[in-house]
Amino acid sequence: MDLAYTKEEQEFRAEVRAFLKEKLPPDLSRKVLDGKHMTRDGMMRWHRILFEKGWIAPAWPKEYGGADWSIIQRHIYDEEAAEAGAPAVLPFGLVMCGPVIIKYGSDKQKAFFLPRILSGEHVWCQGYSEPGSGSDLASLKTKAERDGDKYRVNGQKTWTSAAKWADWIFCLVRTDPAAKKQEGISFLLIDMKTPGIRVRPIVTIDGGAEVNETFLDDVMVPVENRIGEENKGWTYAKYLLGNERTSIAQVGGSKRELKKLKAVARAEEMDRDRRFRDKVAQLEIDLMGLELSNLRMIAGLRDGRGPGAEASILKIKGSEIQQRLTELTFEALGPLALPFQREALEEGWNEEIIGPDYAPPAAPRYFNMRKTTIYGGSNEIQKNILAKAVLGL
Amino acid sequence: MRSIAGGGLREEVLDFDYTEEQRLLAESVTRFVKDRYGFAARKKFMAEPQGFAAANWAQFAALGLLALPFPEAHGGIGGGAVETMIVMENFGRGLVLEPYLATVILCGGLISLAGSDAQRQTILPAIAEGKLMLAFAQGERHSRYALDHVETGAKKDGTGFVLNGHKNVVLHGGSAGKFIVTARTAGAARDAKGVSLFLVDREAKGVSVRDYPTVDGLRAAEVTLENVRLGADALLGPLDNALPLIEHAIDRAIAALCAEAVGIMETLNAMTLEYLKTRKQFGVAIGSFQVLQHRMVDMTIAAEQAKSMAILAALSADDPDPGARRRAISAAKVQIGQSGRLVGQEAIQLHGGIGMTDEYAAGHYFKRLSTIEKTFGDTDYHLERFPAFA
Ligand SMILES: Cc1cc2nc3c(=O)[nH]c(=O)nc-3n(C[C@H](O)[C@H](O)[C@H](O)COP(=O)(O)OP(=O)(O)OC[C@H]3O[C@@H](n4cnc5c(N)ncnc54)[C@H](O)[C@@H]3O)c2cc1C
Repeated sequence: MDLAYTKEEQEFRAEVRAFLKEKLPPDLSRKVLDGKHMTRDGMMRWHRILFEKGWIAPAWPKEYGGADWSIIQRHIYDEEAAEAGAPAVLPFGLVMCGPVIIKYGSDKQKAFFLPRILSGEHVWCQGYSEPGSGSDLASLKTKAERDGDKYRVNGQKTWTSAAKWADWIFCLVRTDPAAKKQEGISFLLIDMKTPGIRVRPIVTIDGGAEVNETFLDDVMVPVENRIGEENKGWTYAKYLLGNERTSIAQVGGSKRELKKLKAVARAEEMDRDRRFRDKVAQLEIDLMGLELSNLRMIAGLRDGRGPGAEASILKIKGSEIQQRLTELTFEALGPLALPFQREALEEGWNEEIIGPDYAPPAAPRYFNMRKTTIYGGSNEIQKNILAKAVLGL
Repeated sequence: MRSIAGGGLREEVLDFDYTEEQRLLAESVTRFVKDRYGFAARKKFMAEPQGFAAANWAQFAALGLLALPFPEAHGGIGGGAVETMIVMENFGRGLVLEPYLATVILCGGLISLAGSDAQRQTILPAIAEGKLMLAFAQGERHSRYALDHVETGAKKDGTGFVLNGHKNVVLHGGSAGKFIVTARTAGAARDAKGVSLFLVDREAKGVSVRDYPTVDGLRAAEVTLENVRLGADALLGPLDNALPLIEHAIDRAIAALCAEAVGIMETLNAMTLEYLKTRKQFGVAIGSFQVLQHRMVDMTIAAEQAKSMAILAALSADDPDPGARRRAISAAKVQIGQSGRLVGQEAIQLHGGIGMTDEYAAGHYFKRLSTIEKTFGDTDYHLERFPAFA
């Protein structure tokens, strides 16, 4: 067993590091490291820099404009980018819908959509969840009825992240109400400018507005915007869910947050508090375990094994660690975390901050990160998967 | 149920029933919260300039709540910590925004405990009638939860004093007409001796206040004191030796806060239970999944433990033995912190996405539980203060 990277991999890491050093705009990394809200413009600025470098789609094959990196290279990149404070790239087009189009899309769809996902001309969002269909996604009710060469779509999606930024949405819709629930679903690509689509922001408990309700009233969608076959959408949806596993554990981001937590704790002299120190130590040890588990999975993928349901372990542990990091930062600040300074997290805020600079994001992040055990398949659902698929219970 | 002045906890602890008067009090506060403090109404109160409703404050005065803990000699009703518990538990259910804790329990408590006759005679009736709100300006940039960490200085100036310093996160500082300020009259930052209390008018020259919302929807303020000149009559309680009185007043406030947290947990648990029974996924109520049943049971156990400890806190808040009082109060605060965190986090989790939204009440209860844990010492602080091996 060997934990060392090959010479090529080490060279790749150096190349990534040099690129980040040269090209990552300091104002953007500052925002990420300070826990501020990212604007659409900021995110897309970074998107275009990666696009120009040819690194925007690490996992896509070369023929479609991807970087075609190995799983190890992707992991190295994720690590370095997280540490440097690179903004997250919106996953909906690049990680979710793009690979589905590559695998199941028509040539016309590939030619039209893929270059626009890469360039950032199209920002995407994901229209899966509905008010009545969360964990039980296959019960979704938004229906699409054939009307000539179009579908007439009616229904409601919810928790749609980034819908207010998006140009396109990929939706699961019901095309055969009579079939068994997984068998009557189709996968549609819908232009957000189509008449009948209305987006309403949902304010979350931290005061942010990352999610939305998306209403679809008589939205006419060309049949040619369907992926693959009618009523086979569930197959494509499952492929999508199983796709990006290298970043599911969020190790890079958590390592960065751990550093930040320690900086805050030091500044607040909590590094001298034995109780608090133990909690940070425990968390760091947890994160070390997760990192190794993640590397084991990645090595397995490199060698053509798995991952099966074991990826659920990484989702569970990773999300718990993400939450714990923000929880301890909130604790470290003591009463200084109480002032609500939402505006201080937005661009262009120049007024005096109440308390230390690192105070404003502490409570909002603690509140906001409660989401990580709910979305992406809730941790209860992940445990059901592990119990069934791994343990055979 | 009666809190004891005479170490009677041991004998009277089996009397958990409310007296007739306590029952009536509970009924009237419960009704107020039910009728007036719905989720939508609360949002409106929050949007008012002070962050709460003046009309509610007037209503508290009319109900006698603002006079409740004060001695009858000063226009009060003579209630104790159990009466406060009854009020606060119901305020927790409605996530009441008004500065009852800051004005009546904490500052009113300090005046009752430390004030001269003249100070009591002028201030307590003004509180009781709803004419005066106060805030306790205690915390500082480096004090965290330590009550003896006072850097704000009070220098002798003829017969009076001059105050200089900055107070952080003064709960309900924005609406206060007067502050009770901790300032150092002798010694260094963390000396127990040398801490004194002063009554400072908000309008006094050299006082500036920056008011803001806190993450739970309540209000607090930064209070800066710059060469604030005070007469000798501004001193509240003994010179240099106010710390024991401050500790006592804070312990009462912790007991009150524990009761508020219990009201919150019970409400949140009821809300989550209802959701488990009505939310359907996979064709069944999610409450039929055994894993969620056990989680809900854990939340119920946590709230029960918290309730018991909140009762202990109320029964002990005026224990004449300060050691016994501190021990019980810290124990209760630890339990409330732990139970509150579990109940709050799990309530969000079991609600799924809806729990994450500002439009739904659960998140607001969760946030208030999170800030209660941080008020007057967090779980670690009180674990440290609890004398396990004494
Ligand atoms: C911040 C955020 C962003 C999101 N972004 C998107 C997006 O961009 N696009 C999109 O389509 N969706 C998005 N979602 C939705 C997310 O996928 C759902 O919230 C998730 O699937 C859970 O569904 P639900 O909220 O309806 O909860 P429910 O499914 O109603 O679950 C409620 C509770 O019951 C538990 N539960 C449910 N079934 C079982 C079971 N069988 N056994 C045990 N426990 C169970 C759950 O774990 C949870 O604790 C987002 C959600 C959040 C919070």
